[in-house]
Amino acid sequence: MTAVVTWEPVVQSVLDRLKTLPGALLPILHGIQDELGFVPPDAVPVIAHAMNLTRAEVHGVVTFYHEFRETPPGRHQIHICRAESCQAVGADALIAHAEKTLGVTFHQTTADGMITLEPIYCLGNCALSPAITVDHQVRGRVTPARFDALVAELEPGR
Amino acid sequence: MTRVYVPRDSGAKSMGADAVAARIAAEARRLGASVELVRNGSRGLYWLEPMVEVETPAGRMAYGPIATDDVASLFAAKFLVGGSHAKALGLTEEIDYLKRQERLTCARVGVIDPVSLDAYETYGGYRGLRRALELDGAGIVEIVTQSGLRGRGGAAFPTGIKWKTVLGATGTQKYIVCNADEGDSGTFSDRMIMEGDPFVLIEGMTIAGIAVGATKGYIYLRSEYPDAFVVLNEAIAVAVGRGYLGANVLGSGKAFDLDVRLGAGAYICGEETALLESLEGKRGIVRYKPPLPAISGLFGKPTVINNVISLASVPIILDRGADFYKNYGMGRSRGTLPIQLAGNLKHGGLVEKAFGVTLRELLYDYGGGSITGRPIRAVQVGGPLGAYLPESQFDTPLDYEAFIALNAMVGHGGIVAFDDTVDMAKMARYAMEFCAIESCGKCTPCRIGSTRGVEVVDRIVADEDRMANIALLRDLCDTMLGGSLCALGGMAPYPVLSALNHFPEDFGLPAVSLAAAGAP
Repeated sequence: MTAVVTWEPVVQSVLDRLKTLPGALLPILHGIQDELGFVPPDAVPVIAHAMNLTRAEVHGVVTFYHEFRETPPGRHQIHICRAESCQAVGADALIAHAEKTLGVTFHQTTADGMITLEPIYCLGNCALSPAITVDHQVRGRVTPARFDALVAELEPGR
Repeated sequence: MTRVYVPRDSGAKSMGADAVAARIAAEARRLGASVELVRNGSRGLYWLEPMVEVETPAGRMAYGPIATDDVASLFAAKFLVGGSHAKALGLTEEIDYLKRQERLTCARVGVIDPVSLDAYETYGGYRGLRRALELDGAGIVEIVTQSGLRGRGGAAFPTGIKWKTVLGATGTQKYIVCNADEGDSGTFSDRMIMEGDPFVLIEGMTIAGIAVGATKGYIYLRSEYPDAFVVLNEAIAVAVGRGYLGANVLGSGKAFDLDVRLGAGAYICGEETALLESLEGKRGIVRYKPPLPAISGLFGKPTVINNVISLASVPIILDRGADFYKNYGMGRSRGTLPIQLAGNLKHGGLVEKAFGVTLRELLYDYGGGSITGRPIRAVQVGGPLGAYLPESQFDTPLDYEAFIALNAMVGHGGIVAFDDTVDMAKMARYAMEFCAIESCGKCTPCRIGSTRGVEVVDRIVADEDRMANIALLRDLCDTMLGGSLCALGGMAPYPVLSALNHFPEDFGLPAVSLAAAGAP
């Protein structure tokens, strides 16, 4: 993660590829976030212009959906499920453990830029609760010990 | 060549199925064993995942749960010919949990390679579409209506009636939209279908398109299901390549195209009108009804919008007939429901049964009781907007009307169990908090009421003027129930009130007697 990617060519290429789809805005925002990790606020007027929308409309969509980010995430992202099934088998204790060991609360990134911690509301892995994702890969039956092991695997030797 | 199955289902993968598959392939190479590795869906016996199956002359033999460290010993135990091993489970089809089910909609899930169209057809796939192509639109709609199928997303509206409205609507373009925004905690049957048997959904949507005269379909898939996105797109590409989708479906002269679109982490987009807004590229704000989506839906056009399971149940109804399907079930709840056992249960997973099975059977005979070994104190049925039921209501049969009579709902068939360590005031607070997080903000009872609800529960728990605040909470719930625009604000009071009514001791009130707890 050394090179700073300039967003303009990425946004332009996603717009060129997708802007004629019916109801294109969500696919476009996904396309941008898939490549950049977030949707740069400076890109909003560019998207709005290309789509013939107001900036308010695009900003409204970016901020309505929990998944779209306006700031870059850490090098890795961990989402912990807060929903009922996971609560029934210790999600709250797992969240407390994660926040303590990583030294952050939800929506924050560790000081070294390594991990962003986010809540999520159901991963559809409810028969194997508590569930989390590590870089969007689902992991089931996550005890605090398994959580620590998964974190340790992220950047071995770093 | 021995066929070995290791699921690609995301639940199995969450327990290491990919690594197990890789280890089996490597070990087979090392030993010179001839193995064909098939990545199937999950059978839904999640406590046994990753569950490896081997095809033998006697049938498929299961082993699980398998860790990578077990693989060498599996080969040593001659598992390729069904050899015995500490993790051997016998013939898959004879596993009690599976054997006692009635799998109609999920018949192929976990059985076949999800993206093999040949396997799909071998196991009865695309017979429903072929039957549909022999009928006119009204004939297809009549069969779906006669089957008694009701919307499996939770609202339980008769599917045939919805289709009939769209069939009768005039429009240059009509749409079929699949609601795959399966956001309810404790539910995963949509995901299992999409990851394990995507063609059944594609076939169901194609039949819907042929029935009502729609040429375009969208699957609105929640972004929390990236594996389903991959499988669906693989399957759609195969179906297009083989002429099952496209400008001329099976040479019928009828067109049907299908796209998958991703949501972006908004629970409200499971509400059908918010979903349509989102598909149009807007914020997922709920629409007023009327007009119904069937008259003015996606891009203002007549639109069938159905849940994954509703659509995936259509092919077998067309294939086997309305009577075959209708003969399962009880009362006005016809057919089967893929029930999902979740939370604090020993044997969580998928149980497809005819309506009428009781909660107690599901929790104990299938679920095996709590994983912690403690008594099950409460179960939430139907997702975060569903009521909490106490032990005194565990003999309720799964039936839409029986649940409504208890101020509860079957919903999408998710059952989340809690043991006796649960704090029901905390769960009530969470229901309000979740509503506040996910509210689209259009109507006041939901947008403001949910936040006020969190505060009132906090005051009750802190014993600040407790009785007055309990009265206030009930009043607030009444306003939300009666005054919200959609089911989010309109049903969030159900978990709150059921927690308060059945478990008052958790709110600092005297416990109710068993007799009183049994009352709705």
